[in-house]
Amino acid sequence: MKNVPDTETKIKLTSDRSGIETQGIKYVMNPFDEYAVEAALQLKEKFKDDTTVTVMSLGPDRVVETLRTALAMGADEAVHVWDPAFEGSDMLSGAKILAKVAEKMEFDLILGGKQGIDYDSMQTCAAVAEHLGIPQVQIVIALEISDDKTSIVARRRIEGGDEVVNIKLPAVVTCEKGLNEPRYASLPGIMKAKKKEIKKIGLSDLEGLSAADVGASGSATKIVGYEPLAERAPCRMLEGEPGQQVSDLVRALREDAKVI
Amino acid sequence: MADDLPKGGSFLIEETDPASIFTPEDFTEEQRMFAKTAEDFIHNEVIPKIEQTEAKEEGVMVELLKKSGELGLLMIDVPEKYGGLELDKATSMLVTEVISKGGAFAVTYAVHIGIGTLPVSYFGTPVQKEKYLTKLATGELIGSYALTEAGSGSDALAAKTRADLSDDGKYYILNGEKTFLSNGGFADLIIVFAKVGGEEFSAFIVERGYDGLTLGAEEKKLGIRGSSTVQIFLDNVKVPVENLLGEKGKGHKIAFNILNVGRFKLGVGSVGSAKIAIDDSIKYANERQQFGKPIASFGMIKNKIANMATYTYVTESMSYRTAGLMDGILSPIDRDADDASELTMKGIEEYVTECSIMKVKGTEMIGYVADESVQIFGGYGYVEDYPAERYFRDARIGRIYEGTNEINRMLIPGMLLKRAMKGEIPLMAAAKKLQDELLEFPMMEETEEEGLLIEEKKLVQNVKKVSLLTAGVAVQKFMDKLQDQQGVLGNLADIIIEAYGMESALLRTLKIAASKGEDGADVVFKMTRLYIYDTIGKIDQWAREVLAACSDGDELRTMLAALRRLTRNIPVDTLGLRLEIADYFIEKEKYEI
Repeated sequence: MKNVPDTETKIKLTSDRSGIETQGIKYVMNPFDEYAVEAALQLKEKFKDDTTVTVMSLGPDRVVETLRTALAMGADEAVHVWDPAFEGSDMLSGAKILAKVAEKMEFDLILGGKQGIDYDSMQTCAAVAEHLGIPQVQIVIALEISDDKTSIVARRRIEGGDEVVNIKLPAVVTCEKGLNEPRYASLPGIMKAKKKEIKKIGLSDLEGLSAADVGASGSATKIVGYEPLAERAPCRMLEGEPGQQVSDLVRALREDAKVI
Repeated sequence: MADDLPKGGSFLIEETDPASIFTPEDFTEEQRMFAKTAEDFIHNEVIPKIEQTEAKEEGVMVELLKKSGELGLLMIDVPEKYGGLELDKATSMLVTEVISKGGAFAVTYAVHIGIGTLPVSYFGTPVQKEKYLTKLATGELIGSYALTEAGSGSDALAAKTRADLSDDGKYYILNGEKTFLSNGGFADLIIVFAKVGGEEFSAFIVERGYDGLTLGAEEKKLGIRGSSTVQIFLDNVKVPVENLLGEKGKGHKIAFNILNVGRFKLGVGSVGSAKIAIDDSIKYANERQQFGKPIASFGMIKNKIANMATYTYVTESMSYRTAGLMDGILSPIDRDADDASELTMKGIEEYVTECSIMKVKGTEMIGYVADESVQIFGGYGYVEDYPAERYFRDARIGRIYEGTNEINRMLIPGMLLKRAMKGEIPLMAAAKKLQDELLEFPMMEETEEEGLLIEEKKLVQNVKKVSLLTAGVAVQKFMDKLQDQQGVLGNLADIIIEAYGMESALLRTLKIAASKGEDGADVVFKMTRLYIYDTIGKIDQWAREVLAACSDGDELRTMLAALRRLTRNIPVDTLGLRLEIADYFIEKEKYEI
């Protein structure tokens, strides 16, 4: 899970264009991750056994609120993965860290959002699967799990139709809009979440991972800079009869916009 | 009541430490999560269905209310013993604020959790609570409240509906008509007020299915059209004696105490309604181009945006300060004790003045904000394709229900004076001392203090003194006939309301400055200055009217001289402040501190 700027946030660049202004930004759970949490909770409800849902997020202290939200929705446990050494990790080094954490746990299925709506890379979950050496299905809109929890049937939208994939567990699945309707954190759920523990994992807890493997030094990419979008000129409405409008449009395209 | 808690109304005579008040900046992560659930629910479920609910499409509103019940939004104020969450008042108010962005749904919601549920919660027997409260908490049952009659509105105790004990002593037989029942069209449970034997005003829990109870048609209303408002007819309705609520003949206690809670919630609800109106207005002003520029760049539009935001900030500050006072008095109550409900009501009653202040201030603030919202939308503000006209229509009821603003204006000085007479707050002594100070000695030139908002602090202190001066003069002049002087009482109420408003904003701003530094408090700093300098002139005018009504000749001249010393000020550039305040919110495109 990731927390991302609220979809209504107006993103502003810092004056040197090296990043975005984070002050005053309200962070929320990445919307695609909500589908993942909901899918996990539905599986837990289906089995009615000792199946547990653990949510995990890599990031500074502000991700705790998002973890808490997932606990309030009904997740059982939460893991907050952070260490100052992780600062500056890109998708690949981030995935390295997350895979290490996952290795320490027992799991049947890892669910994630299909992408984070901030950097939109769509790489983290795929890389986690690669690091763990397990199969993955991306951008899933329907998901069924076998009663013995050994395989899943996932449906994913592709150009011109759907692809149905049957894979063995454990596996990584990324979730797309349409998979389900994420539930709200109910008020009693929020109160229960307060009592659930959020486990913290840092670099020293992860055997075989050194500071050089993570953060900026462990990253394959480097962001050189950000460019703002060009300001859009206000709309111009053409008036008059349709014929008049067409000739005005042609003239505007030719003389003002100079595109024809 | 613990000694260190401020007494209700004592803000007029005491100084308050900014650190001691509760502000929206003090919300915990958990409280913000509760609000987030409410906010998501309003934006994803309620607002998309507004067209359907406004058209009263069958079942849509009820379904929304039930859904909010599933999320636990209806159980916030209900004791844990009866399946509720029994959260603090600050949380309860925050959720009400957020829900109030949902138009008529907010009314349906507030009626259910307030006048529909609280009477049973506060006055019900354990058996009644087990039977009804547990289901009201989840939304399985929907509540309503029948107090008003065609001939008795503000004068509620003049009700004609009567209850007569049946010959076998098992039932009360109810006969009469009740009007303006919010939620009446779909309620399962109605709290009905009737006079036993035509004399003893009492409350009854009436189930919708009882024989002889029929509903009138839905009222066609100016606003809050999605909410249900009907008349009911009671024709020999047999109500089991065990459904008498509270004591026979003590119905007024129920009616008035429940209204207190409704009042402070209505105040904070206005804050939520104002925020969504402001957000929509700013977005529109940024998009709408005229003369080649967004209209948000024009001074007169900025002026409106600054006022809308500032009044909202002030009301918000007052609301949560009041919430903090309530929690201060309510949180130590042992919730399992038999007298928990009694103590809770007494606690809320302590701040009855603040509740009335919130009601009047909140509903008039949203009246202004919604009106200017229509103006910013221009012609589009007048058509139903845009939300501004609905905000405008929906806001209007606020000044009428839960006790008209006229009734509440009577109550504000009225209750304060009553408490003063009973010796609960030393108002009279303070007024006397002030008069002596103002009249007998020349005011000492005060030493130059230094610090944030020093001039404004002094003005707020002086406004509080103006309230004492005018109230003192009015009491001396009219004595126990003051109740008949509605004009004077109205002005006194306005001065007191603004004293609370100015001070609450000032204290909150100082608290923000203490935690975020002066830079972090820039916009609230400006709004506080704007509000205080904007209001001081009105205070002066209201006070002059009171003084002129109470004295003449030399006495009046002496009083006016005293008043002048209190309201004297050198104006700051409020026009410039408005531009800067507006720019802050226009940039954010929403009300956010």
